[in-house]
Amino acid sequence: MSGNTVQLNSKTLWGGKESPFQTSYGKLMMWFFLVSDALTFSGLLVAYGFVRHDTLEAWPIGEETFNSLPVLGHGYPLIYVALMTFILIISSVTMVLAVEAGHRMDKKGVTKWMFATIIGGFFFLGSQVWEWSHFIHGSEFGRIELMDGSEAIVKGHFGEIKNFTVIEDGLHHKKGDVITADLMHTFQHAAKEGHIEKGGKIHLHDGSIAKVNKEHDHDLELTVKLTGSDSKRNIGDKIHGKEAEALYYASLYSGTPKVTYGAPWFEDGEHWLPTKNEYGPQQYAHFFFFITGFHGFHVFSGVLINILIFIGVIKGTYHKRGHYEMVEKTGLYWHFVDLVWVFVFTFFYLV
Amino acid sequence: MERDDLIEYSLDTHHSEEHGKALRTKIWKVTLLLTIITAVEVALGAYIKQSSDVWIYVKWSFIALTLLKAGYIVMVFMHLGDERKWMRNVILLPYAGFILYLIFIALTEALAVGSAWSGVAA
Repeated sequence: MSGNTVQLNSKTLWGGKESPFQTSYGKLMMWFFLVSDALTFSGLLVAYGFVRHDTLEAWPIGEETFNSLPVLGHGYPLIYVALMTFILIISSVTMVLAVEAGHRMDKKGVTKWMFATIIGGFFFLGSQVWEWSHFIHGSEFGRIELMDGSEAIVKGHFGEIKNFTVIEDGLHHKKGDVITADLMHTFQHAAKEGHIEKGGKIHLHDGSIAKVNKEHDHDLELTVKLTGSDSKRNIGDKIHGKEAEALYYASLYSGTPKVTYGAPWFEDGEHWLPTKNEYGPQQYAHFFFFITGFHGFHVFSGVLINILIFIGVIKGTYHKRGHYEMVEKTGLYWHFVDLVWVFVFTFFYLV
Repeated sequence: MERDDLIEYSLDTHHSEEHGKALRTKIWKVTLLLTIITAVEVALGAYIKQSSDVWIYVKWSFIALTLLKAGYIVMVFMHLGDERKWMRNVILLPYAGFILYLIFIALTEALAVGSAWSGVAA
């Protein structure tokens, strides 16, 4: 215990003016937090990979599942997610510009870029709301079980429903009434219950029967995702045009159709979980909601933290302190959120 | 009470006008690069089908491009490239080690479970 005495200078220790790695305590702790958070996200993505690899059923394909834009409709594979990615990258850029301005003690610059970052965060959250809503509601055609037991997803243009013309009296609707409200919802609900017959006759809740006046569908394409036990179809088979239409409506109007629209969150008011979804195995929707939801929660908390720091910037708290390290630390968190999305984008949407 | 934990640490938190200018140029260059990579990924994903023969190459290029993007975000935006070498190692090496192992073991197990199930189904 002798001979190797080191004279400790309190000024070179943490708590003095020196720090390990020449990094401040706060920044290093933020890094440690980010490493642990990165492990959590990695765990989720690896779990997703596990389930995807051990599932026998055809796994959904990103470009087929995510091919819609608000207002414009279908036929834009991955464009919306790319846009979300771009928004997040840009808000990461504005954040790093805020940090750079902070290093020059440019309060105006920090204010401007932090503000832009917060706006970018809100844009991303808004995009995610639309995406979730679209995912939950699903497509107009849904996923259909054909008469031979195989299941197919359906692409194409769904002819607009103009109205329902009542042809048989019910409790509310009388013969000759024309119903124009809530058409799509009523149609899909009746379709699931098997309440639409050949020729497009729909049985409404009040007992009336109406004729569905609907424009013609175009360019139908069925893609087989699951083969029935007595089916000769293979996974991945595509059926086009008239044949596709005939098969789809034969099932839809059969009285006992098995059609699924979107990813409903509960069924019969019992289960508080996504049940069967139109895209693929149940776990697919579970992972979609959990991973994008957990990331979205990070974006949300990131926006809140950014707002708090933004207030500090405006009040001049950091300027008085002599450095903008708080902006740098919240910046680290914000870039991390972007970083996670880069991986979610690849492993959930692309591969 | 005066807080003494806030004022002291201001390591590497200042730079000059000129350095800032060079840094901004770098930031915008990286932005352009990240945007181009994302555009390329989307184009590959949209035009090359998963049933295609070249899909396996597309898949691996997605992973390579993702790591490239992640590298630029971590090294430039998060300034890890400017930190001390051993801080970089302390953060990246254990992480990389754990995750590579986790990916390896989970996917190996998944394929084993999958083939067991297909045996049951057959």
